[in-house]
Amino acid sequence: MSPKFKKSILVCNGSSCLQASKVNLIAEFQAKLKEYNLENEIQVVQSVCFNKCTLGPNIIIQPENVEYSTVTKEDIDDIIIIHLLNNKIVERLVYNQVYENSGSTKKQYRIALRNCGFINPEVIDDYIEKDGYAALAKCLTEFTPQEVTQQIIKSGLRGRGGGGFPTGVKWDITSKSVADQKYVVCNADEGDPGAFMDRSVLEGDPHSIIEAMAICGYCIGADKGIVYIRAEYPLAIKRLKIALDQAKEYGLLGEKLFGTNFNFDIDIKYGAGAFVCGEETALIHSMEGLRGEPTLKPPFPSVSGYLEKPTNVNNVETFANIPAIINKGADWFASIGTEKSKGTKVFALAGKINNVGLIEVPMGTTLREVIYDIGGGIRDGKKFKAVQTGGPSGGCLTEKHLDLPIDFDSLSAAGSMMGSGGMIVMDEDDCMVSMARFYLEFTVEESCGKCAPCRIGNKRLHEMLTKLCDDKGTLEDLDLLRNLSNVVKDTSLCGLGQTSPNPILSTMQNFYDEYHAHVVDHKCPSGQCKSFMRYYISEQNCIGCVVCARNCPVNAISGEKKQLHVIDQEICIKCGICMDKCKFDAITLN
Amino acid sequence: MAKIKSVEDLKKIKERIEQANQKMIENNNHQKLVEIKVAMATCGIASGARPVMDFLIAELPKRNIVARVKQTGCMGYCYAEPTLEITMPDEKPVVFGYVDLKKADEIIERFIKKGELVDGIIPINYELAT
Ligand SMILES: Cc1cc2nc3c(=O)[nH]c(=O)nc-3n(C[C@H](O)[C@H](O)[C@H](O)COP(=O)(O)O)c2cc1C
Ligand code: SF4
Ligand code: SF4
Ligand code: SF4
Ligand code: FES
Ligand code: FES
Repeated sequence: MSPKFKKSILVCNGSSCLQASKVNLIAEFQAKLKEYNLENEIQVVQSVCFNKCTLGPNIIIQPENVEYSTVTKEDIDDIIIIHLLNNKIVERLVYNQVYENSGSTKKQYRIALRNCGFINPEVIDDYIEKDGYAALAKCLTEFTPQEVTQQIIKSGLRGRGGGGFPTGVKWDITSKSVADQKYVVCNADEGDPGAFMDRSVLEGDPHSIIEAMAICGYCIGADKGIVYIRAEYPLAIKRLKIALDQAKEYGLLGEKLFGTNFNFDIDIKYGAGAFVCGEETALIHSMEGLRGEPTLKPPFPSVSGYLEKPTNVNNVETFANIPAIINKGADWFASIGTEKSKGTKVFALAGKINNVGLIEVPMGTTLREVIYDIGGGIRDGKKFKAVQTGGPSGGCLTEKHLDLPIDFDSLSAAGSMMGSGGMIVMDEDDCMVSMARFYLEFTVEESCGKCAPCRIGNKRLHEMLTKLCDDKGTLEDLDLLRNLSNVVKDTSLCGLGQTSPNPILSTMQNFYDEYHAHVVDHKCPSGQCKSFMRYYISEQNCIGCVVCARNCPVNAISGEKKQLHVIDQEICIKCGICMDKCKFDAITLN
Repeated sequence: MAKIKSVEDLKKIKERIEQANQKMIENNNHQKLVEIKVAMATCGIASGARPVMDFLIAELPKRNIVARVKQTGCMGYCYAEPTLEITMPDEKPVVFGYVDLKKADEIIERFIKKGELVDGIIPINYELAT
């Protein structure tokens, strides 16, 4: 095959670069290439975002893969003459940089997702071809369980399920619990709205979880593993089952693995999709066939868990890192990330962002890089307002946090939390009071009802927020809201209630003016809360044609023929129909 | 299937896989095969990756292209689904986004057959820990 074109110019066609460019770069390049008579040798190709949007407009020249940033129309001649004709680099347009958290020139670094998108998850040979099960083989035949555990401790890996507890330390504690039976549990409940990191790992690379669970079993002295997965993940379940069957067929699960005396097998248990069942004690009760209600810790599962036996619970993404750590070494892993948070984190980017998707970045990457470079910035050129991390347990981060290096401790210090990795981006049109209300609605639904502060307190909090959104709030309500939030936090039994007021507290901290506006100015600054909208009929324009009155679904409009009509604000449900129907532009919205 | 009972056995399986790959190349007149990966996680499937994969599997032989079409998990580009990664023999992989049947056809005709890049390319934007 001889390509028709010698070189290609990839021009980023992502929203952010398009906005940054004053001209249509693709057309400009094409026109210039014609001038130089190169149009048959060099091709211009539209490309999707390069993940360096803040430096846009960006282009890449292939096959040599040279990236140029901040390219303007005026640079085109130089690019053609210096690069395309003389094979030299246009240095002033090169912005490649090596990131200190990973030593890579790319913003994204894939450890947990290293195989996702590269192997066929339904074919075990694909995994083995990528060194799959080599880490397990190495652990079983070359190291003692203590040595492997020490490696994990040394790597600095912390749990990715939300808490950030050091994984190796947990394994060590579980290994020291004495019992005739122990269990390894993989938490694949993933109930955080907007999150799908764990689903993606199980759908794309299920064997890495199986391998890691077996390694964990070896370390803690367990021969049984259980994956607790929500039943709403049919594809992940299907692929996990296929993977388990194939691993058993190869003897990679079962007895005497790799000819040693170590036995390990894995079962699947299904969750009904209750958020609280992701909490480890509730998860264990649910596995036991009891109600999915949390119980007080201690005892921790490492001491007394499933069927009252020592149980090591880890998150899917936590496990996904394990084989890579064994294969590449604890020092390698510990060289990535920040001082106290090692490695990478997978995030699910969602909300008002251009590049919705799954990303993996080294710990210590800033929010700005995630949102503006990888995420491609805010949709429709709107202004960034906040990002919710940690889901219903977390808080919001704002403009002033954009340059914060993301890790477990920095997010906690900023009043949010890492959580499992959901990131919901909000723009200027989002009302923070409604946002808090949305999360409280979720918590009220999901509270298991076992303890009063969470069962009753969250309900009251939700009612108060609804009152604010309905333009019925007072300044006293704001004080009450804050006080009750703190009470619920301090007195709830489990992590759900202990964190559920966080969205309120953090929005109150960062956007108090918005709360204030709702109760004092009777305004919703972002215009999202419908109750604050008022439709008015203007005296000048209304000719009394009665069309609006006839169309109003709730009969909120009154007036005689050829007379000014009036809207009864008490009755109006803000449907906007009257405004559409009036042919005389007499109805306005404020 | 032979059970893996030692580290050696695992190595043997790996060798067997490599030999099978080699064999496929031999059977193809010593030409490497075109490798195509279709992202088929929940979101890829929801945005229509399956018909694209079926199309490729059906059309490639008709157009005399020997390729290995493989389903994979998520590549991370939810906003550009469905996505394909294509590796031409001895070339670097190229990823395409927003691939519908029309785009798939264009990719076969222009990229696979003639080596031209087509619009909708996604530059590799991450480093891989392997
Ligand atoms: C309300 C609530 C929900 C939780 N949901 C999950 C979940 O969906 N997945 C998860 O891995 N951990 C979840 N956790 C955290 C678990 O209790 C536990 O800490 C975690 O699975 C431990 O694994 P790790 O150390 O690998 O993070 C949740 C905790 C709480 C309080
Ligand atoms: S805090 Fe809420 S979810 Fe947790 S035990 Fe109490 S009622 Fe149940
Ligand atoms: S439709 Fe317009 S002009 Fe007619 S009565 Fe209503 S407000 Fe007045
Ligand atoms: S907005 Fe709807 S409910 Fe209100 S007055 Fe107009 S038509 Fe009636
Ligand atoms: S690099 Fe161009 S839009 Fe992201
Ligand atoms: S689930 Fe969307 S790209 Fe992976």
